[in-house]
Amino acid sequence: MSSTLLLAVNSGGEEWLDLSKLPLLIISFIVLAVVVILWLMSRRGSSFTPRQIPGLRAVEDAIGRATEMARPVLYTPGWGGDIQRPTTIASMNILSQIAEKTAQYDCSLIYPTHDPVIQSVAQEVVSESYARSGFADRYRQEDIRYVSSSQFGYAAAVEGIITRTRPAAIFLLGTFEAESLIMAETGNSVGAIQIAGTDSTIQLAFFIVACDYTLIGEELFVASGYLSGDKAILASVRAQDMLKIAIAVFLVIAVAWATFAPNSGWWRF
Amino acid sequence: MVEILMSRRVAQIVCAVFGVLLFLLFFSNHPTAKAVTLTVTTQYWQVIAAFALIVGAVSFMRVNFKSMSRKQDAPFRAVGLLGMVAMPILALGWGIGGSSPFLWVFENIQAPMQSTVFALLAFFVASASLRGFRARSVPAAILLLAAVVMLLSRSWFESTTSNILMVTSDWLRNYPSMAARRAILIGIGLGSLTTSLRLIVGIERTWLGGNK
Repeated sequence: MSSTLLLAVNSGGEEWLDLSKLPLLIISFIVLAVVVILWLMSRRGSSFTPRQIPGLRAVEDAIGRATEMARPVLYTPGWGGDIQRPTTIASMNILSQIAEKTAQYDCSLIYPTHDPVIQSVAQEVVSESYARSGFADRYRQEDIRYVSSSQFGYAAAVEGIITRTRPAAIFLLGTFEAESLIMAETGNSVGAIQIAGTDSTIQLAFFIVACDYTLIGEELFVASGYLSGDKAILASVRAQDMLKIAIAVFLVIAVAWATFAPNSGWWRF
Repeated sequence: MVEILMSRRVAQIVCAVFGVLLFLLFFSNHPTAKAVTLTVTTQYWQVIAAFALIVGAVSFMRVNFKSMSRKQDAPFRAVGLLGMVAMPILALGWGIGGSSPFLWVFENIQAPMQSTVFALLAFFVASASLRGFRARSVPAAILLLAAVVMLLSRSWFESTTSNILMVTSDWLRNYPSMAARRAILIGIGLGSLTTSLRLIVGIERTWLGGNK
């Protein structure tokens, strides 16, 4: 690193730029550049078609089934996350699309949560979705409810709601911990169509076994673009896919390089 | 004035400013940067959470009182409300120390109830495993085999097989399982990054109630 850069980033002996995080900063700017370029391309008319995700294609069928059976739809974001987590924000984005559909179909939507902040945001998101779909009068604030901050208090409350109301469709989308299987198995026992997705790799295994559809990894984050068809969001999804391909290519090159030149280390950062 | 403060544009600007600020501060070692990060992520957050808890408590009481008035699950609702009212009274009246009534209720009522719900997990794991580990196809049969190896390696049976099961199960966890997990984690990392960027740049406004 040149002395000029060090002078630029140092101030009175205190580092304004942590050089150990420099590679991460560069990668972040590359990601930002790719997202912004594709977003601008989408504004100029380029369209991006997302790949088919079975779990998201089933959303409308699940809500339609609940409407036909005159049973509610249950949506819960899990106990593991707060509103600062990208997974919770991604879950809110999906909630908005689902709430729009439940409003159109006049199907009851129940949203129990463990966090009052999430409850407040969810109430706002659902209320706006109902208004946007032209059925503001169908919105019931008490259905978006705080139940308990305790992990198993929350699990027991959601289990109780599932057992009493027998929802026909259950969406378990967010950050889940040990409560995941308790909810998914209870949902399975009442015969609900279950669509799940989480950023917790341990809980994914439980969801794959107990739910009808599971959004794996980044599928949870692309859902709002997929469901809304918003061009700008789809452009960022495309950017995400391109970056994933770039990382895969990098990994293949790094593995080959490390195999033939074990002492090399340029690929480590 | 209230309309201006509550408008989506202001919320979007606040999100963008704090998003960019915290993003840049993450790459700094400077004490000022650390202090600002700590203030925003902990102190501001605590203030927001404290006010939101009031909203949550009011919502809890409203939902339960309404259900009780309609005679829906009234006894259960009454127990929930009693717990919500009693615990703060006990804490404020007698403290939360070693021999306080608050701690007694916590240790003898709340903790056993939580343990009971957690214990249900054992039965749910068994029932989910029964459905999941059926050898209906070649991949399912491989999954079943891996599960059996893993199960036996953690049982008394392992001691009779001169470590083969333990070595095999460790290999399964460290190579095929870890490779799959890391692939998923890369996707989650990219997804988190692009979702955050969408929010900061303003491409995604669903959290504000919609993009339109």
